[in-house]
Amino acid sequence: MKKPATLDVDAILDDQGTRIIVCCGAGGVGKTTTAAALGLRAAERGRCVVVLTVDPARRLAQSMGLTELDNTPRLVSSPEGGGQLYAMMLDMKRTFDEIIEAHADPERARQILSNPFYQSLSSSFSGTQEYMAMEKLGQLRRSDEWDLIIVDTPPSRNALDFLDAPERLGRFLDGRFIRLLTAPAKAGGRSAFRLLNAGFGLMAGAMTKLLGAQVIKDLQTFVSALDAVFGGFRQRAEMTYQLLQAPGTAFLVVAAPERDAMREASYFVERLAEERMPLAGLVVNRVHVSPAPALSAARSAAAAEDLESRGEHELTAAVLRLHAGRMQLTARESREQEHFSSAHPTVPVVQVRAMSEDVHDLTGLRQIGDLLATA
Amino acid sequence: MDSPDTDWAGVRLHVVTGKGGTGKTTVAASLALALASGGRKVLLVEVEGRQGIAQIFDLPPLPYEERKIAVAPSGGDVFALAIDPEAAMLEYMEMFYGMRSAGRALTKMGIVDFATTVAPGFRDVLVTGKTTEAVRRRGRNGRRIYDAVVLDAPPTGRIARFLNVTHEVAGLAKVGPIKNHSELVNNVVKSPETAVHFVTLLEEMPVQETLDGIAELRAAGLPAGGIFVNMVRESLLPQAALDTAVKGRFDAGELVLGLKAAGVADGAEATAMAEALAEEVVEHAHRTELERAERETLAGAGLKSYELPLLADGVDLAGLYELAETMRTQGAA
Repeated sequence: MKKPATLDVDAILDDQGTRIIVCCGAGGVGKTTTAAALGLRAAERGRCVVVLTVDPARRLAQSMGLTELDNTPRLVSSPEGGGQLYAMMLDMKRTFDEIIEAHADPERARQILSNPFYQSLSSSFSGTQEYMAMEKLGQLRRSDEWDLIIVDTPPSRNALDFLDAPERLGRFLDGRFIRLLTAPAKAGGRSAFRLLNAGFGLMAGAMTKLLGAQVIKDLQTFVSALDAVFGGFRQRAEMTYQLLQAPGTAFLVVAAPERDAMREASYFVERLAEERMPLAGLVVNRVHVSPAPALSAARSAAAAEDLESRGEHELTAAVLRLHAGRMQLTARESREQEHFSSAHPTVPVVQVRAMSEDVHDLTGLRQIGDLLATA
Repeated sequence: MDSPDTDWAGVRLHVVTGKGGTGKTTVAASLALALASGGRKVLLVEVEGRQGIAQIFDLPPLPYEERKIAVAPSGGDVFALAIDPEAAMLEYMEMFYGMRSAGRALTKMGIVDFATTVAPGFRDVLVTGKTTEAVRRRGRNGRRIYDAVVLDAPPTGRIARFLNVTHEVAGLAKVGPIKNHSELVNNVVKSPETAVHFVTLLEEMPVQETLDGIAELRAAGLPAGGIFVNMVRESLLPQAALDTAVKGRFDAGELVLGLKAAGVADGAEATAMAEALAEEVVEHAHRTELERAERETLAGAGLKSYELPLLADGVDLAGLYELAETMRTQGAA
């Protein structure tokens, strides 16, 4: 099989035209680490970078000096050469609150912020994190304070939910249901379903039975308050979506050389193509290599068996078994990657070999950056 | 048909959680097989719409319906159910209110979509509600239909919130049927009939997340179960060799002799190969050392712990049975 092209990470980082890098991939494949390592490397190559991360592992956050979730970019490092690295953790609730405060008069904002549905929506709606990550990305880009923004996507069930989130929220806010709930409020705040016809009456009965009258009332207040505020909401989502399709954006799909992660990677690649999002390439993290690749698994195992049967050189036999296992693993990992590349032969790939320890500091991030660039 | 010799005798609902990439679904599936063996009937439930059970058992996508998917060792059946929140909501309305047509109207209006997506507390209460219903369900003879239910649950970061439904729903529905329903769920989830198991690897981040998850669970008054340490690689080398390797004093000299004796290489080639292999040994020793440290950290949680081997050929049906057997040997089922 033809070997896929190597992803040239430095070319992407050095291109002043690259303004946004989005790292996406399944949970647990090292997306955030990749994003942070790219950020540090770009800064050390002279760019002014902000890494926007969603819920990083504690140690990784510490490695970048992030101790609190305060929604503000913090300076992590300003290496020689004029570059700077900032990092921030997304606080989705605060981002949402800020949008409300910016778009509503104080009284209306207070009404919305204290509504139980708003609180549920802003702190736990499965799409909120994705939506707010998009919103924050848009804000950072519009501020134009950084010439490169690197974002890792939320660890959603389907890691590309962030592409759907604005549409879903928009569909929800524009839906018949919302219009239905807001209609009576506009007609003078009478009972939610009183003005509606019999068909709606049936449904209203069902709703009230299912959810209880108080819920309906809260929901109605929430929706009518939100409705007034969210005129521009969808429009902003559209803008951010278009930003992602623009030539200054590079998507990196991150994976590990395992079946599930590579399968997800394939899905992302296809999905990004469907959405006409610019894919730069695939990063395969945690690839195992052996310092002795010339000795195959089969030969190593056979030699071990030979020594064992003769009862000689026990230690060497054990080391040969260890090596055979390692070679088996590398073979399996190559197969998983070959499956991907035969389905997507034009996608450039870079491998990052497995490290024995997690990243704890900038030195560790720098090391990952080196591996990303020199593979 | 209780089995008092296992660590979880009396537990009817096994909730399996874990960080992404730790093999949560694999462990849930194996646990279901292990619990079913010896003639029991077990239901394996998934809730995230990923069709992970179908993939792992190499089946076409599962519908929203309980169906038999595997036979356990020495008799016993594993049934599976992929819960779709929307279907669960319609079923719920029909069951409790006889409102099938109203349910359809709600779907058309996008309200079901709303209730299951926008208010995740509702979504979770429907999913956990369906699961606990299966736990409580009894046949004509008054006995429970399922001896155990295994839930392939959301990941560690969301588990406490997912199970703590009454708390999540309380802010939204103070009275009414949803509230009552959530209390019913709560009674099962917080009872001794439930255990929440964590799947982890011997790596820093998953271990840390496991400990955080356990703390969160305990704070919410939910019953922590056991820890399943997944993908454990057995160390082939004697401890003494590992110790010297960690200190960087592993001697390749013995390997040179061994390689020559085995006829793998000789001369300068044997020396070079021995040095490369020694490097591999040092790496392995470091990792083993780290794993030992993580194992100790996990022990601090004070939960029962089980170790599952890394499957050399990846996860397939045979692998699931192998893991199930390991679980039974260790007393997890």
